[in-house]
Amino acid sequence: MILTFNVLVAVALGYVAMLFAVAFAADRQATAGQAGWLRSPLVYTLSLSIYCTAWTFYGAVGYAARSGLEYLTIYLGPSLVMVGWWWVLRKLVRIGRTQRITSIADLVSSRYGKSSSIGALVTLIAVAGITPYVALQLQSISLTFAAFTEGMGGDPADVESVALWTAMGLAVFTILFGTRNLDPSERHHGIVMAIAVEAVVKLGALLAVGVFVVWGLGGGIEGTLDLIGRAPVPLWGGNGGRWVGLMFLSAAAFLTLPRMFHVLVVENDGDRHLATASWAFPLYVMLMSLFVVPIAVVGLERMPEGSNPDLFVLTLPMSEGHGGLALLAFLGGFSSATSMVIVATIALATMVSNHIVAPLWLSVRGPDQVSRDIRGTVLLARRVSVAGVLGLGYIYFRLTGTGTALSSIGLIAFAGVAQILPAMLGGIFWRGATAVGAGTGLALGAAIWAWTLFLPAFGTALIPESVMASGPWGLDWLRPRALFGIEGVDPLLHTVIWSLSLNLAAFVGTSLLSFPKPLERLQGVQFVNVFERNDPARTWSRGGAEVEGLLVLAQRVLGGEIALGLFQREAERQGKSGHLPDPTPAFLQRLERELAGSVGAAAAHALVGQLGQAPGVSVEDLMAVADEAQQILEYSARLEAKSTEQERTARALREANDKLTQLATQKDAFLSRISHELRTPMTSIRSFSSLLGEDGLTAEEARRFAGIVEAEAARMTRLLDDLLNLSVLRDGQVTLKRQEGLLSEVIDRALLSSGTVGEGRLRIRRDPATETVPVATDLDRLAQVFINLVSNARKYCDADWPELRIAVQIRGGQVIVDFVDNGSGIPVPEREVIFESFARLSGRRVGQAQPTGAGLGLAICREIMVRLGGTISYLPGQGGAAFRVTFPQRLAAAAE
Amino acid sequence: MARPPVFLPPAGYRQKRVRDAAHLLPVLGVGLLLVPLLWTPSDEAGGVGNAAALLYVLGVWAGLILVALGLARALRPDQEEDSEGGASP
Repeated sequence: MILTFNVLVAVALGYVAMLFAVAFAADRQATAGQAGWLRSPLVYTLSLSIYCTAWTFYGAVGYAARSGLEYLTIYLGPSLVMVGWWWVLRKLVRIGRTQRITSIADLVSSRYGKSSSIGALVTLIAVAGITPYVALQLQSISLTFAAFTEGMGGDPADVESVALWTAMGLAVFTILFGTRNLDPSERHHGIVMAIAVEAVVKLGALLAVGVFVVWGLGGGIEGTLDLIGRAPVPLWGGNGGRWVGLMFLSAAAFLTLPRMFHVLVVENDGDRHLATASWAFPLYVMLMSLFVVPIAVVGLERMPEGSNPDLFVLTLPMSEGHGGLALLAFLGGFSSATSMVIVATIALATMVSNHIVAPLWLSVRGPDQVSRDIRGTVLLARRVSVAGVLGLGYIYFRLTGTGTALSSIGLIAFAGVAQILPAMLGGIFWRGATAVGAGTGLALGAAIWAWTLFLPAFGTALIPESVMASGPWGLDWLRPRALFGIEGVDPLLHTVIWSLSLNLAAFVGTSLLSFPKPLERLQGVQFVNVFERNDPARTWSRGGAEVEGLLVLAQRVLGGEIALGLFQREAERQGKSGHLPDPTPAFLQRLERELAGSVGAAAAHALVGQLGQAPGVSVEDLMAVADEAQQILEYSARLEAKSTEQERTARALREANDKLTQLATQKDAFLSRISHELRTPMTSIRSFSSLLGEDGLTAEEARRFAGIVEAEAARMTRLLDDLLNLSVLRDGQVTLKRQEGLLSEVIDRALLSSGTVGEGRLRIRRDPATETVPVATDLDRLAQVFINLVSNARKYCDADWPELRIAVQIRGGQVIVDFVDNGSGIPVPEREVIFESFARLSGRRVGQAQPTGAGLGLAICREIMVRLGGTISYLPGQGGAAFRVTFPQRLAAAAE
Repeated sequence: MARPPVFLPPAGYRQKRVRDAAHLLPVLGVGLLLVPLLWTPSDEAGGVGNAAALLYVLGVWAGLILVALGLARALRPDQEEDSEGGASP
């Protein structure tokens, strides 16, 4: 079998044509609604295999031949991430699904308040990071072409033109399949299927070469292990720092590489996929790396000195005369390179068009032109981006040349995209992460990466020798290989440690110091608590958007039929006929997400916002919504608290109302009573004084009449005194006389003045031992209160053998005196009002004369107690009327 | 609002423990993959053998895959977290 350059080109083209057919058929099936098996966990797992690029296929052997087991770190890191999918991937995938995330830039931008600047920053980092990676694929393809034709004795191929043609061919393929249409879900069934086929081809090819090497050249498993044991390369070189650092770096890159994010999250169909991939993907990469060491060891032994170990997979079968196997290996490597380039460029093109072109275009155009031509613009932007990314890769390849080891180029890319990790993980696990923090961290990390690793890779073309040796402008501590003067660190580790730690520190520090915008906080809750709520957040609280305008817009972005279908389904859901649903917040939310699938979250938000601007969505609206969008637990707890609080308020209001009504009645009764009370003595005074003026009275009669007049006048005076007393107390014009004395003396005085002692009708029960309490307060006023309470008991206690118990206790500097009688007590409804000034009990007590007071006694008592810094209250449940008087044992001097 | 029950029926209990295991598996993996840091380099006297080093890493890897396979079959991921503080409205 003669493999000339032309045969090789024909084989490659035939292979691409086969992929083309597979992708085309899969797309057709998906459109026909038969995508079932296309979305199986197996296809998902195989599509993840684009992690294994030409770097794995060729570079791993070279890596193992140079640094032993270290090549395994690149696959162990992602394996650990997959095995630990329950930590991060599951959450990422769920967020991707609920938020209609289309790329890693979209994820980060969405999380930080749909910020277009963050999206653009992530996109720039990704483009810069992926460019060397694309160059690596172009380099490997052209190297294999060269090696093949050389090995087969033909003219050596022109390496650079092969790379150029490859780049152009890949651009055409990607544009044809990756940017044919704008799918809101941003899924590409055809591409995924083609990748799955390529995954099988590259695994099969590498296993075939491995089996040939182990059993054909190495003499079986034992023979090969023996060879490995005697190999000139120490497999464990003892560089623990790189072992751990690279494992971490590859795990980080696995999550943040745009193409990995695309297949992992965007093309994911559910947790079921992840569960399968959690063991199947590690298995796949383990099989890919299983024969790497044997191939490297056998290659080192058999191949001539100085041959490139990166190409052993290809050159080993070739030198042994197995052209067919070599061709299979060539196809495997070709598969690895092309699948990576295709998906990476699609992912990057989506990011560039959504996060750089669309926002720019929106800001240049006026709002009235927004809905025009956007679909065409976005598609064009994607196609140009695909070509642009491949072009950049080609330029990088031309600039850096073919001399570099494949793995070291790949690691530059890894370190670049890993800068996204803090902002991403912080965003999905920490609600306090802010856009300012994420932006600062990303920018700082990317700058350090570019300065210390990316730019130096171009050799002295960009950074002159003098700067490498002594720093820019003589700033020693800024040397790209020795930041802050720390020398002797492995350049890659140096970059990873400095960039990621400063990135993280800036991200966390700035987040802690800054305050997020309302939309950021809203998105933060939705991302961090994605498992805790099912209802989508309502971002559009007011439906001001014109539905028809929205339909026009959606048609421009999504395409006519898709948009019409979407609107019709929505109308049906709302129970309406036709194509125009009501612009409910839920619908606007859904529409925005659909649009986000095509133009990115930030642009979609701006689009719907511009159309819906009639009443607009203000920051205040968002604030209100953000409150609403708190965790459901918090929310319902608050609701619960609110309703109890309202209930409590209602109860208090009801009580107050009852009291007021009762008081109003009482007041009326009091007014009529007071006029009656005043009128009665007045009447007798008038009649008796006119009688006194008449002639013919006996001296006896005159004295009696004068006595009556005097008594009635005294009664009026008492009444007026009471009223005056109360109003003075109320106005606070009273002056207190602080005196020292014993409580028992005060009670004695009260009993004496109220005329209870010796009368015998009311029996008093006291406990003298507890009463000997020294008090310092206004004793006269206190006695007044006691007198009132005792005479009340005397007047109103309706028991056959009335009895008054006076109990004293001291609690925490407060003197508590209880007056409890054994009558029937005060009925519940009246307890509320007895201390009000016009209150007066209905007095309908059996066998009791109409009381003679004016109903001011207890009101006066209450005012006095307030002045004395204490209280008086009715004590329920004592088997009679019971009052509790509480006051401080020592009246504060300030109150005097 | 009803709080999730503190004690679960056996099936739910088992599922929670499976999830615990799924959380812990990568930690175990990291631990085992840090073991090479203790080795003496292969090219020094008494250093770890090339073949032994390779077989150890591949063995840990295969073990992780097998446990992950078992966990993937036992996990029911599509069920909502009903007992981890998340509540359905």
